[in-house]
Amino acid sequence: MTTQVAGTSVRASVVVEAPIEHAFSVFTEQIGTWWPKEHHLGEVEEMVFEPRVGGNIVDREVGGKETRWARVLAYEPPHRLVFSWDLNNQFQIETDKSKTSEVEVTFVADGPARTNVMLDHRKLDNHGEGWESFRDALGSPDGWPLELNAFAKVAAA
Amino acid sequence: MTALGDPTRRAIFERLADGPMAVGAIALGLPVSRPAVSQHLKVLKQAGLVSDRPVANRRLYSLDPRGIEEIHAYFDRFWNRALRAFKTAAEQRQEETP
Repeated sequence: MTTQVAGTSVRASVVVEAPIEHAFSVFTEQIGTWWPKEHHLGEVEEMVFEPRVGGNIVDREVGGKETRWARVLAYEPPHRLVFSWDLNNQFQIETDKSKTSEVEVTFVADGPARTNVMLDHRKLDNHGEGWESFRDALGSPDGWPLELNAFAKVAAA
Repeated sequence: MTALGDPTRRAIFERLADGPMAVGAIALGLPVSRPAVSQHLKVLKQAGLVSDRPVANRRLYSLDPRGIEEIHAYFDRFWNRALRAFKTAAEQRQEETP
């Protein structure tokens, strides 16, 4: 698990001990099983990845409210997918596409039972303005420190 | 009009991603006058995207590192965490349904 920060993109990669088709399917169809819960906009009951170009990633809340916060820009199972990040710095839907960033995920098989998964979250500068409020949002009680604690517990277990 | 909604400001912003520059260097190759570049820099500065500092007898402009570091740090931590969770899920589910 490595991450690298350069220019206007953040890159991360992970080696998964699973076949490429399986890794791709867990990343997409089963996105709700692993997506960090704290990163939902509300009390989310279900998270849906619509498996086609033009589809969305959808958060379905308990009350039935749907938030389509990402657009699927490329869908090439089991090798590659690209989706937009349509949330602004206050974690609200950004309707101006020029102010959204892009996540590309590439899956490369390393033998029949291992997959290298590389992620490139780019055009982060598109989120441009409001970095200060972004920072403020992170300083909230529900922001990162709590999550990091939770993560450290899991990692140490 | 937002700070990065203007194509010239966006070009200036992207140019500064390469490193700190004086107004003259930024204006080179841009289809606008040097005073216009200065005006755009002022807007970018007000939006907290660009900062400046005096060096010798000129002023160097650069991307405001505080803002950029924040957004990078956020997504760096987010994806680190998310991909670990993804790895766990992908490996677990495989064991459950061989």
